[in-house]
Amino acid sequence: MSKNMRSREPMPHQDPKDRITNFTEVALGYSEEQAVGEAQRCLNCKKKPCITGCPVEVAIPDFIKLVAERDFKGAITKIKETNALPAICGRVCPQEEQCEKYCILGKRGEPVAIGRLERFVADWEAANNGKDGACSASKAAQSAERIAKVAVVGAGPAGLTAAGELAGMGYDVTVFEALHESGGVLAYGIPPFRLPRTILKREIEYIKSLGASIETNSIVGKLYTLRELLNSGYSAIFIGTGAGLPQFMGIPGENLNGVYSANEYLTRINLMKAYMFPTHPTPIRVGRKVAVIGAGNVAMDAARCSLRMGAEEVTIVYRRSRTEMPARAEEIENAEEEGVKFSLLTAPLKFNGDENGYVKSMECIRMELGEPDASGRRRPVPVEGSEYTADVDTVVIAIGQSPNPVVRQSEPGLETTRWGGIVVDEETMATSIPGIYAGGDTVTGAATVITAMGAGKKAARAMDKYIKDKLRKS
Amino acid sequence: MYNVVRKEQLGEVVTLLELEAPAIAAKAQAGQFVIVRLAEYSERIPLTLSDWDADRGTITIIFQHAGRSTEELACVEVGESIRDLAGPLGKATEVEKFGTVVCIGGGIGVAELRPIAKAMKAAGNKVISIVGARDKSLLILEDDMRKASCELHITTDNGSYGRKGFVSNVLQEIMDSGQKIDIIYAIGPVPMMRVIADQTRPAGIKTLVCLDAIMIDGTGMCGACRVTVDGKTKFTCVDGPDFDAHQINWEELVTRKKMYIPQEKEASRHYHEGCCGRCRK
Ligand SMILES: Cc1cc2nc3c(=O)[nH]c(=O)nc-3n(C[C@H](O)[C@H](O)[C@H](O)COP(=O)(O)OP(=O)(O)OC[C@H]3O[C@@H](n4cnc5c(N)ncnc54)[C@H](O)[C@@H]3O)c2cc1C
Ligand SMILES: Cc1cc2nc3c(=O)[nH]c(=O)nc-3n(C[C@H](O)[C@H](O)[C@H](O)COP(=O)(O)OP(=O)(O)OC[C@H]3O[C@@H](n4cnc5c(N)ncnc54)[C@H](O)[C@@H]3O)c2cc1C
Ligand code: SF4
Ligand code: SF4
Ligand code: FES
Repeated sequence: MSKNMRSREPMPHQDPKDRITNFTEVALGYSEEQAVGEAQRCLNCKKKPCITGCPVEVAIPDFIKLVAERDFKGAITKIKETNALPAICGRVCPQEEQCEKYCILGKRGEPVAIGRLERFVADWEAANNGKDGACSASKAAQSAERIAKVAVVGAGPAGLTAAGELAGMGYDVTVFEALHESGGVLAYGIPPFRLPRTILKREIEYIKSLGASIETNSIVGKLYTLRELLNSGYSAIFIGTGAGLPQFMGIPGENLNGVYSANEYLTRINLMKAYMFPTHPTPIRVGRKVAVIGAGNVAMDAARCSLRMGAEEVTIVYRRSRTEMPARAEEIENAEEEGVKFSLLTAPLKFNGDENGYVKSMECIRMELGEPDASGRRRPVPVEGSEYTADVDTVVIAIGQSPNPVVRQSEPGLETTRWGGIVVDEETMATSIPGIYAGGDTVTGAATVITAMGAGKKAARAMDKYIKDKLRKS
Repeated sequence: MYNVVRKEQLGEVVTLLELEAPAIAAKAQAGQFVIVRLAEYSERIPLTLSDWDADRGTITIIFQHAGRSTEELACVEVGESIRDLAGPLGKATEVEKFGTVVCIGGGIGVAELRPIAKAMKAAGNKVISIVGARDKSLLILEDDMRKASCELHITTDNGSYGRKGFVSNVLQEIMDSGQKIDIIYAIGPVPMMRVIADQTRPAGIKTLVCLDAIMIDGTGMCGACRVTVDGKTKFTCVDGPDFDAHQINWEELVTRKKMYIPQEKEASRHYHEGCCGRCRK
């Protein structure tokens, strides 16, 4: 194998010194030449092992071949046959754990940069829309006659995908979204420097163009119950309400001013645009020394936002070691390049406040790794006598989220797990109530964009079958 | 977009807006609130459903000009519209036939109290209401409260109208008179609710208060609105806004509400540099 075959085209980035002063995108994307060069590395394997790693089954070798042939329009059409949100997935999928993990080239060198190519093709379409005769792939052979009405609860990746699929199949789809904006975590959690909002908006518009309408400010369980939707003409419902409920640690001082859940912190910054304060008047208080508790993608996002909001020192505090950090390698690297510090094998015990009730310091204890626990990871155990106190003026708790309870509280018949996840049949995503389906984080607990999309897709197929069976019988 | 169909000034610093929102009006219950976002750039702010009319398809909010967002909202005119309105949020107040219910409202809290008094009366309770304000000019909804109650007491701090004194003075008299009180519902400034909690705790009278923690989404997603009740962390927007007055960690609530005072001042100053100034007349 030549060297060229072993290593992939590098991704151009904004310089770390510059990027911590702005919220514009960090990764700049491939040029046409780079994309074609990278695409030419693909071996077009007969067995297509890469596809097995993609929950929505993007026709990876096929679209990459079209890129190599410079048929970018053909490539986007191919991708959109299976994935309605390619510019998003190309940016935020943990490809190293998904499609790229199974790429043959990964055995001897670097796998094909599938995500980057997907992103390139989607961005190419946006840039050339109309100019080059290119247009949004028209899966929407929109017939005027719609089969039946269906409702989707939540406009995150799971709900949007289900909506797009169902609209494409000829259903009249209404998405009910609690917030004023669609996208779920993509809108309120993931920062614009990883996913620019123009790109998010464009892909949501595409879902709408397939024939789905979105009603924002509509909280199902409060404004309408599931039963009311079923009784008012919706033949089936998909629940994609995510895992929005922030978890806290239950240690003293957690309710001090300046101690945030990651959801609140990121919502203020990314959804409410506190980085444009006071033009956008939603306030936030980012101090000089920020501690972020946790080491997943959410924690990396909170840490990197803190730097951009002007914090002088930002530290990730994590109770296990580097190898156990759940965040994507790329995000950890980005955070490190930008100057985020890591305090590993450390757990907070308590937050102390000043006389006005704002957090001023954090008591921590060192940990060491013991025997593996149920998750297979080595369990952290406190090192006796290793307690110490660190000054902080902002703390962000990013230790996980649970499913939001609003829907299940309004529908006692909906079977849920002990931790609040909705129970489904894994083949069909059907819940305990006939006609109601669910998928995404509300079923699995906090997971990934692409698994949520895969669930939305699977559910859409089952809903189609359910409705058609019912129509046939009646 | 939610159209404004009626606007009234209920005093110098209090505005009423009636908005077209048929779906919310059809579902609203006493004790619930909405989240309002005036324009594309605006904050999301929680305001109680002060009234609603399912037939007309409208809801009514009444708010005090407290800072940037409420001042800006006060400048919206009939025929204009509000960008986002989400609700009805929060748990509805538990309304049943308790017997004698004392409803206490202070300042802008009276706007939030009205639907509760009304619902309690409709459920067959004897509703004794006590409403107070610092000054006569700040007293709102007197007629509505009279209609919603069996008995209405009015106090002003300076004696400019009704009885001179505080709502808690009247409550004490009622308690001292030996009249049985089955439940008390109080809404107003935190110091008022705290005084009432302290007053009713020794007597063991069940007392509910409506908390106005700082919120963003109002759907249980962010935890900004957390309060400690009976030693446990609760989210005001989904677990409340009503809580048992005797179990609340008031100190923490007061501190958390002050979280953004410097930022609120700056946002207000920034706004007034460019606004018409009517709200600050
Ligand atoms: C900060 C952060 C960074 C992340 N980074 C990545 C990443 O880089 N890559 C990756 O793959 N994954 C990442 N994830 C995880 C990923 O975003 C989620 O797994 C994914 O968004 C789940 O999709 P979903 O559709 O199930 O739910 P969500 O995205 O949570 O969407 C649910 C939607 O439902 C709405 N809703 C909730 N309740 C109701 C109701 N009662 N009525 C109406 N609407 C309701 C919510 O407002 C929300 O819009 C990240 C998560 C976070 C928080
Ligand atoms: C469930 C709920 C229901 C509410 N119902 C009403 C209502 O019906 N009518 C009404 O006038 N207000 C109500 N409030 C309070 C209202 O949300 C705030 O007054 C408003 O958010 C202030 O926004 P602002 O930008 O105008 O002022 P800011 O600039 O944010 O605040 C100015 C000052 O007002 C006070 N303040 C700020 N936030 C709050 C708050 N959440 N509660 C009380 N005081 C605050 C503080 O002293 C602050 O310094 C309610 C709050 C909650 C949580
Ligand atoms: S959608 Fe995600 S997992 Fe699937 S091919 Fe694209 S980047 Fe890979
Ligand atoms: S496994 Fe890798 S090399 Fe083979 S087709 Fe898929 S992307 Fe191309
Ligand atoms: S306001 Fe966000 S959880 Fe209550």
